[in-house]
Amino acid sequence: MPLTTQATLRVVLYEGTGAEPLASSDRFSALTTLLEQGFAVTRAVSGGRVAPHQRGSLLVLGKFAEGRTPSVESVPEEPAVRVHDLSTLDFARLGEFVESVRAEAGAVKHGDWKPWFPVIDYDRCTNCMQCLSFCLFGVYGVDEQQRIQAQNHDNCKTNCPACSRVCPEAAIMFPKYKAGPINGDVVRDSDLGKEKMKVDISALLGGDVYSALRQRNEAAKARFSKERDDKKALQERQACLVKLAQGGDIPLEVLMNLPSPEEIQRRAQEAKAKAAAALAAQPS
Amino acid sequence: MSTPRIIYCHCQYAQVVPPDIKAAVLRKLADSGLAFDAVADLCEMSARQDPSLQRLAEGGAVKIAACYPRAVKWLFHTAKADLPLDNAEVLNMRVQTAEEVVAALLSAEVKPNLPKGKVTAGDAPQVAAA
Repeated sequence: MPLTTQATLRVVLYEGTGAEPLASSDRFSALTTLLEQGFAVTRAVSGGRVAPHQRGSLLVLGKFAEGRTPSVESVPEEPAVRVHDLSTLDFARLGEFVESVRAEAGAVKHGDWKPWFPVIDYDRCTNCMQCLSFCLFGVYGVDEQQRIQAQNHDNCKTNCPACSRVCPEAAIMFPKYKAGPINGDVVRDSDLGKEKMKVDISALLGGDVYSALRQRNEAAKARFSKERDDKKALQERQACLVKLAQGGDIPLEVLMNLPSPEEIQRRAQEAKAKAAAALAAQPS
Repeated sequence: MSTPRIIYCHCQYAQVVPPDIKAAVLRKLADSGLAFDAVADLCEMSARQDPSLQRLAEGGAVKIAACYPRAVKWLFHTAKADLPLDNAEVLNMRVQTAEEVVAALLSAEVKPNLPKGKVTAGDAPQVAAA
């Protein structure tokens, strides 16, 4: 199911009218437990401002007067709301309880996918389509105005920042990346000039990363047929991948799991054609 | 002027925000008596285009404890939820101390700091002269 249509469960720690405040340690423990399980948690108090609810299920938890949960009016087509009294719940089992509510509500289980995807800074992006042309995994596409956008977030290869390095304007961020400007830190002039910043991963092996791999792959195949020295070929390939991984900060597992050379070529051509079509459709 | 909403991001799916900073900010916030929205991971909500990001962005003044303002601005944009440029303050738990973040969150004043246009080194906080 696409990420954008999966239902979620939001938890409200209710400490407003009709409920007792939670003990400080219980509140902190509940917040950390639920956040670590991937839930959004709202702390609601009288007169406080929080986000209204729209999509998915809502679980309201509180220590209600005399243990009586308030009744909730059911509104057709509105999110399902459940209310549970915390007076009798062992806080050590809160996570387990909320998890059971999530499963019952059919809401998504968080943590199965690390949210790693390119975030485009449109203040910097010039719509040059280099990212679309570069990415072999179909992450990028264009909107109706032929504007570049990341469309298939879950196609992105976790911890791989390669496309941000081909961007001439440093407009592609991965907020969970370790260093700036890819992590969203300000872009310095020196970043734009850095060979390390741009993909001159290509320069590493005299071509782009994929053609470099392809050539190595073909060389390895040839060696296999001539020498049958699979150990040597494997070492060669590993050395090449380590060099690419170090130079471009591309995770080894991404490089190791690249498709066959033929498939790489097909995808690269497809991506380039998409980029060319988008550029051609832009108003001059 | 209405009280700014507060959003806290736990950056659950990466180790880029120091855990002691996250814990200290969350503990102070939890003990503040204020209402707030805590999210496990803004990146995940952005990827899901979670409508609650739209509700948060539409609600006027907002303070967000998360990471770099440039990243937060465009994470919200990705979720079709543009933050109000003149009414949003992002506190960066990757580089600020817990005390700085908490002080800013609990202050009634909003100091907007989302980038407006191309961000360059000139936009980085300047070190005060001794």
